[in-house]
Amino acid sequence: MELLSTRKLEAYYGDSQALFGIDFEVEPGEIVALIGANGAGKSTFLKTVCGLLPAPREAIRFGGEAIGGLAPGSIVRRGIALVPEGRRLFPSLSVEENLKLGGYVRRAGPWKLQTVYRLFPRLQQRRAHPAVALSGGEQQMVAIGRALMSNPQLLICDELSLGLAPVVVKEIYQALGELCRDGLTAVIVEQDVAVAQRVSRRLYCMQEGRITLTGPSESLTREQISRAYFGV
Amino acid sequence: MLSFADTLVQGLLLGGLYALFALGQSLLFGVMRLTNTAHGDFIILAAFGAWSLSLLTGSPWLAMLLLLPLAFAGGYLLQRLVLNGTLGKDPMPSLVVTFGLAIIIQNLLQQIYTADPRSIDSGGLNTATFQIAEGLAVGALPLLIFGAAVALTAGLQLLFDRTDLGRAFRAVSDDREAAELMGLDHRHVYALATGIAFLLVAVAGTLQGMKTTVAPSDGPSLLLYAFEAVIIGGMGSFYGTLLGGMLLGVTQGIGFRIDPGWGIWSGHVVFLAALLLRPSGLFPRTR
Repeated sequence: MELLSTRKLEAYYGDSQALFGIDFEVEPGEIVALIGANGAGKSTFLKTVCGLLPAPREAIRFGGEAIGGLAPGSIVRRGIALVPEGRRLFPSLSVEENLKLGGYVRRAGPWKLQTVYRLFPRLQQRRAHPAVALSGGEQQMVAIGRALMSNPQLLICDELSLGLAPVVVKEIYQALGELCRDGLTAVIVEQDVAVAQRVSRRLYCMQEGRITLTGPSESLTREQISRAYFGV
Repeated sequence: MLSFADTLVQGLLLGGLYALFALGQSLLFGVMRLTNTAHGDFIILAAFGAWSLSLLTGSPWLAMLLLLPLAFAGGYLLQRLVLNGTLGKDPMPSLVVTFGLAIIIQNLLQQIYTADPRSIDSGGLNTATFQIAEGLAVGALPLLIFGAAVALTAGLQLLFDRTDLGRAFRAVSDDREAAELMGLDHRHVYALATGIAFLLVAVAGTLQGMKTTVAPSDGPSLLLYAFEAVIIGGMGSFYGTLLGGMLLGVTQGIGFRIDPGWGIWSGHVVFLAALLLRPSGLFPRTR
């Protein structure tokens, strides 16, 4: 059975509709990629799943339970963690304080400070630094570590590669791949279509608030994707 | 020379009291950018509360102790039921609502206690002094107030920097939405901050009532000193607030020494100079 599913999910910013009937599924242990141009609705979709935007209760199901429109805190307690676009680290907090805050809900599981430091040893050396004083790649590690501290079943990553050097992007996705081999499930939103195709098992493409293409990542052709992406 | 030392010492001690007025305001601004224009009136409300409780119990210290849990609960509920609804990008709703609260408190106090000024009986502490040198004496109560201000500043800074609660305060202050994604409920965190600010208000009100007389209409002038101390010190820094209060106190002391009509005025001049020269304050912490 799928871990996360949405059925005919719609979302609005005030009067303007941003999502039009999104059907989306993630099975346990998968990495699913979500691609699309700027303004296609990817971030809106993630925000709705995480409880930052309202949704009908039955439109989003997680682990068999209807969770649409619950408060963000209730959703992270059920096991969905978001690595937000632009990382959104807390500037007044040190690296370690940022990580500790990620564990605020005290969900049971393997992730604690030591396990995050084992995954990203560089963070341990910098634990007392202000999180925003780190390099972009290290900040992304803090953001991932912070999300893992809530011991999620499903990790949602919004634009992990944004503003990072290709070698750092590779390192980050390698870490993510290892996590998913250990049983984590992930949804990634990615600007770089080639990266999205390489790291994911299945792929969704969005355009103007609708899903325009879905299928196994490796079997989709460049033409199919570009038609779904740009609509031409 | 000694008279100058006297001016300086008395000014510093007065500054301790101003810092005590200002700490709660500094906390609210640091955590949720809330400017509570009823802050001074809440201090006066606390002073009258302590006055009544001290008549009941016979001790100002017991009165303060009893007032603390009431103040915390009052602050928590005020934030949860009223002020949380006023926060947002627009500062106007919170200003209008707290301004309205100020008027309500002043009139309520006048209705219950009349306009007569009152003082909390401190058991002679307000007149006790230590003679340090010829021409230099320090009042026991001002010294105690100063000590309380320093200790509470240090305590509040420790709470902010070192504890789980302080971490939650800083996180919601930095990025409320990201903090909610971590499972923090900002309404609860804000209410805890206001509860703690009201603990400081209770201490400040009781000590003010012991040191001098309080009347229902005194709130706005206390608010002004609190504001000035917070702004001189820099928004969101508690040690800055303490120093801001002391600078204000010393300047007023020097002003009084030159001419009795200059005291308060010279404090305002230093505040205006600070606004002109360092609008972000001496030790700004908030981003």
